[in-house]
Amino acid sequence: MTDTNSNQLIRFSAAQLAEKLAAREITSVEVVQAHLDRIAAVDGGDRGVHAFLHVNAEEALAVAAEVDAIRAAGGAAAEELHELAGVPIAVKDLIVTVGQPTTAGSKILEGWHSPYDATVVQKLRAAKMPILGKTNLDEFAMGSSTEHSAYGPTRNPWDLDRIPGGSGGGSAAAVAAFEAPLALGTDTGGSIRQPGAVTGTVGVKPTYGSVSRYGAIAMASSLDQIGPVSRTVLDSALLHQVIGGHDPFDSTSLPDPLGDLVAAARLGNVDGMKIGIVKELHGEGYQAGVENRFNESLELLKQAGAEIVEVSCPNFKYALGAYYLIMPSEASSNLAKFDGVRYGLRVLPEEPPLTIERVMGATRAAGFGDEVKRRIILGTYALSAGYYDAYYGSAQKVRTLIQRDFEAAFAKADVLISPTAPTTAFKLGEKLNDPLAMYLNDVATIPANMAGVPGLSLPGGLADEDGLPVGIQLLAPAREDARLYRVGAVLESLLEAKWGGPLLDRAPELAASPVVEPVETLVDAQEAK
Amino acid sequence: MSTDATLSFEEAMEKYDPVLGFEVHVELNTKTKMFSSAPNVFGDEPNTNVNEVDLGMPGVLPVLNKTAVESSIKIGLALNCKIAETCRFARKNYFYPDTPKNFQTSQYDEPIAYDGYLDIELSDGTVFRVEIERAHMEEDAGKLTHLGGSAGRIQGADYSLVDYNRAGVPLVEIVTKPIEGAGSRAPELAKAYVAAVREIVKNLGVSDAKMERGNVRCDANVSLRPHGRERFGIRSETKNVNSLRAVEHAVRYEIQRHAAVLDSGEPVIQETRHWHEDTRTTTSGREKSDADDYRYFPEPDLVPVVASREWVEELRATLPEPPAARRKRLQADWGYSDLEFRDVVNAGVMDEIEETIAAGATPTVARKWWMGEIVGRAKNADVDPGQLGVEPATIVELNKMVEDGKINNKMASEVLDGVLAGEGTPAEIVEKRGLAVVSDDGPLLEAIDAALAAQPDVADKIRAGKLQAIGAIVGGVMKATRGQADAGRVKELILEKLGVNA
Repeated sequence: MTDTNSNQLIRFSAAQLAEKLAAREITSVEVVQAHLDRIAAVDGGDRGVHAFLHVNAEEALAVAAEVDAIRAAGGAAAEELHELAGVPIAVKDLIVTVGQPTTAGSKILEGWHSPYDATVVQKLRAAKMPILGKTNLDEFAMGSSTEHSAYGPTRNPWDLDRIPGGSGGGSAAAVAAFEAPLALGTDTGGSIRQPGAVTGTVGVKPTYGSVSRYGAIAMASSLDQIGPVSRTVLDSALLHQVIGGHDPFDSTSLPDPLGDLVAAARLGNVDGMKIGIVKELHGEGYQAGVENRFNESLELLKQAGAEIVEVSCPNFKYALGAYYLIMPSEASSNLAKFDGVRYGLRVLPEEPPLTIERVMGATRAAGFGDEVKRRIILGTYALSAGYYDAYYGSAQKVRTLIQRDFEAAFAKADVLISPTAPTTAFKLGEKLNDPLAMYLNDVATIPANMAGVPGLSLPGGLADEDGLPVGIQLLAPAREDARLYRVGAVLESLLEAKWGGPLLDRAPELAASPVVEPVETLVDAQEAK
Repeated sequence: MSTDATLSFEEAMEKYDPVLGFEVHVELNTKTKMFSSAPNVFGDEPNTNVNEVDLGMPGVLPVLNKTAVESSIKIGLALNCKIAETCRFARKNYFYPDTPKNFQTSQYDEPIAYDGYLDIELSDGTVFRVEIERAHMEEDAGKLTHLGGSAGRIQGADYSLVDYNRAGVPLVEIVTKPIEGAGSRAPELAKAYVAAVREIVKNLGVSDAKMERGNVRCDANVSLRPHGRERFGIRSETKNVNSLRAVEHAVRYEIQRHAAVLDSGEPVIQETRHWHEDTRTTTSGREKSDADDYRYFPEPDLVPVVASREWVEELRATLPEPPAARRKRLQADWGYSDLEFRDVVNAGVMDEIEETIAAGATPTVARKWWMGEIVGRAKNADVDPGQLGVEPATIVELNKMVEDGKINNKMASEVLDGVLAGEGTPAEIVEKRGLAVVSDDGPLLEAIDAALAAQPDVADKIRAGKLQAIGAIVGGVMKATRGQADAGRVKELILEKLGVNA
């Protein structure tokens, strides 16, 4: 045992934990236990963060003990351990895992256990990273606030009355609340980056095809991508390196690896780089405090030797509209399999006849929440005969135009920069009944998904008017994820020097599960309509 | 089941001109499925040849089977099609429990092969060109079994069982252009076309091509129009017509039914029809209109299939000889006359004869058995000869027994009946039924003595050199031995007995 106490253990970054584990200053069991204790202290109760839907204590401790035993025994086996062996991680509950339930945040999969592991989960297991549990999300990753989870919302550790972003609010909040040093997320339109922005954490959407999607329950196949969630840029690079690479089980997987992302994060150099401000991704519609922090980051990068240029991506203004045709179209088809026939929830119609169509209908009516139904209806409509060309077809054309905008922009700049989200975290319930306002959260993150290019969000400071975290987004050409880490690491260190430490040090202490008046939950909000 | 009115075929032909169209689904015999690594095997325990992909589990993704693409290209080439340089899969969305994802991954507007043709030889030797619109790749659905209720139909069933072993089996769907001008040869052409497709895919080795197992399934489209009119009539689509004879019968029936509907002044309903082998009729299935909306869109989980010209040419070089050339060669090898060979082809037993010869029979023996014994039995049983289940080895064994004098031809025919009745191998049946030829001369000599004594005048004729009269004595012996004597040996013994040199 060591005398490092559990409050210190949970505050170490993954890189620090890895170093101390390798040096045998701490044990993986201690680290995992510290995080389990933290989860027990802050995650539950009426005012808990509620980042986790399932805690996987037993297995996580067993993996940790195995890693500790290998390290203690020394020799070749200890040498061969992965750098992150023994560093715990949380997994978004959209990614299937053997031995734990996978719900996708939906009632329709309540109690379902996957018979197979997602490719990224296999990679975590191969690296012997203990999986702490499964994190909350908007149902089937459809939302920007995690309020659309069928299992209740996650709260933002910075202000428990506010949303942690979405859909991956659980993963971001878990990392922000020191319940896990690392987490996996999925990003279809911003579900890793926007929660990162509003919780003061780092999140990366890798180049489409660079991380296998096998085992990530699909929302929109051509947009979905699994990526890392962490508190530092280097930690995301470390995790990205674990989960990336070609997978023969994913036909859209890129054949070649992306290069050394960790080295890029450690190198961190912007001298002589051209960093492009996307004219269309800031200004009007963006909160003043967000703009201020964004401008501050630009100034820091300039001081570090980067050349700031302005680029225009005129078709980005159509991105949100096109996204809300392509995403629901693909989702309407991807979610058709949830019909009560083979697995998951099955609901029988209240009245006869008991036909298969009616069982499917009753199951889907009871099993899906409003936002999921909204998108299925939207997508079904957009794909219908007579509308296909006008909706899905046009949206695909817009997608091509967005790709061209990116090409033109990357001809002028090595990396693009923008605020990650137009506002800081809003209050729980505030936009729940206004889908269009909710969708606008992703206006700056969606273009990257539409073009398949990588994006990273890192903390840019706190907005003056509300003291809440602001995210800075970096975008790079496809397969150039390393540039994000190179620039991100520089900006992170400049900002932390300015702040005198990590931004999350300024987050309020979380009390251990006090019982306070509950906020309006999803269910209440829906009933109130 | 209500019976539809029909016109006689002749009257229908007098008044109307049939237009046909076929969609033939060919199951490929790849080791694994179209998009998963689960085995592609027929007849196993339900739901054993499945993995998470075939069951449409959350999170799974398809991976295209390269061999299936090769097979599809080969089929396309054999059908004289163009092969697309790039093509994509699409999702055909519809809710039905035999489709685990509630969409079928299929090709829609970008088939791998298109614009081909097939020259079909009819029974009198005329060649009819059928234009191929496209051949595209898709996955098969699972198999539903409806229990309770009537006739295995979903309507009125108490419950249904799903077997996903077939889900994801690679299929190539071959679609013809509208076939005009067949006239009264339409039913024959239908059968010959499906037979030709079956022959091609079997010859290519890309499918087991067993219609009784559903390896080759035909949907037959039929419409009629008055003679001289260009515009097509409204068509019906008769689903899953799964034998060559049934294809012929179904087309004939639909022509007769359409003619009666048109004669009554009613419009033909555009619908699918179910074929009933027992009554040789069709009944109405689902109404199918152009409003069926499958919400096709490109499959985002798969990348485009790229068929480089080099690859296509490599595959073309591996193609076996085309069926027409093969026929020419087989006829020459076997030494059959034109008429003999055409009869063999028309009876649909060319492949069977080839297999029988390969198993060790001479061409003459193989033809004798198939044309003389098996085709007739198949006709009586109302099935295709290949479906009777006669193995080439059985024929070789039977023939050897005859040649060795163990049994005679009449017995052999009886043994064949036993084989078809599932009583065992020829040897077992001979044993069980006590069918051995009497070869011990003792009982034969007694029978010969008796026969000679009974017909002394015939015996005299033979002695006098009229050898053709011997048949009467042989007949008497055979009768006395209940057919179990070897007629050749009997003849020898009679001549010996009478001191006549043959």
